[in-house]
Amino acid sequence: MLNVSIYRYNPDVDAEPYMQDYKVDTQGKDVMVLDVLEKLKTEDPTLSFRRSCREGVCGSDGVNISGKNGLACITPLSSAVKGNKLVIRPLPGLPVIRDLVIDMTQFYAQYEKIQPYMINNTPAPAIERLQSPEERAKLDGLYECILCACCSTACPSFWWNPEKFIGPSGLLQAYRFLADSRDTATEERLANLDDPFSVFRCHGIMNCVQVCPKGLNPTKAIGHIRNMLIRSAT
Amino acid sequence: MITTVTSLGRSGLSDWLIQRTSAFVMTAYLFFIVGYLIANPDLNYAQWAELNASLPMRMFSLLTMLSIAAHAWIGMWCVLTDYITERLIGPKATAIRIFFQLGMIAVTMLYVIWAIDILWGI
Repeated sequence: MLNVSIYRYNPDVDAEPYMQDYKVDTQGKDVMVLDVLEKLKTEDPTLSFRRSCREGVCGSDGVNISGKNGLACITPLSSAVKGNKLVIRPLPGLPVIRDLVIDMTQFYAQYEKIQPYMINNTPAPAIERLQSPEERAKLDGLYECILCACCSTACPSFWWNPEKFIGPSGLLQAYRFLADSRDTATEERLANLDDPFSVFRCHGIMNCVQVCPKGLNPTKAIGHIRNMLIRSAT
Repeated sequence: MITTVTSLGRSGLSDWLIQRTSAFVMTAYLFFIVGYLIANPDLNYAQWAELNASLPMRMFSLLTMLSIAAHAWIGMWCVLTDYITERLIGPKATAIRIFFQLGMIAVTMLYVIWAIDILWGI
């Protein structure tokens, strides 16, 4: 039997959060953490968490698994259980709505700030805006982000200044549009980032890289943004 | 964009560049001093005083002192804006933060003035 400890908090009932212990029979199978949560939910319907695609594409079930942020649906027990114990908490740093469900408003507000859409005011061509294969290749490692918030909620700079520091996820997306050959708002985008918080609260500790379930590298993208700022400001 | 008024360079990029440059100067100074001490095992006071009284050495020492001051200013400013915030310590945070920021800036400047006095008093 696997010992599972889960963060529980229902603000309507509980004065403060607590850890609830469960025992789960996984029949020795190396199932995913989400499977354990689903099984527990059938036994205790009050347990709340987000999930949707159950295959690492939607980014709904980001939780803190035995101390490390990740997607419950693609994290096998073999990589999460320590000493027959699995500890599941909500992603740290954002307000908890209930149990493992967090309020991601702050996270999305930062995403909105970087204008995550193509800006190009030149007349649209008859068919489409073309890119060379080399220009397209620059977007690899950037467009794959699913906004699960595992990285930003693993970042102390985001914990301390979530309203000022854009966070690794937002900055990865910011660079995704800065690097896009079809986007013409590069100067405006850079101008919006040159304050001591938006980009420069990143001290390069690379927690984001360590936890990203898609294997992306926000620290590298932030380095590229810095280089672009230096290029245009010196 | 709101411009910060207590950070050293007023811009993130400027602070970042100053932080890197000052780190380079401090490292160079450290290597020079350690190298000098290793190269002169039987160093006496007269020789040490002569080194530090020379103009190039005074300039190098002052440059390092200014680098320490800038580096500390930027670093302390980051620490203060990380931890002394309304989010972490409540509504009085802004007043407390400004107090510590201005205090830190004053102390840093006093150290620089003191260093100039010492260096040119040798």
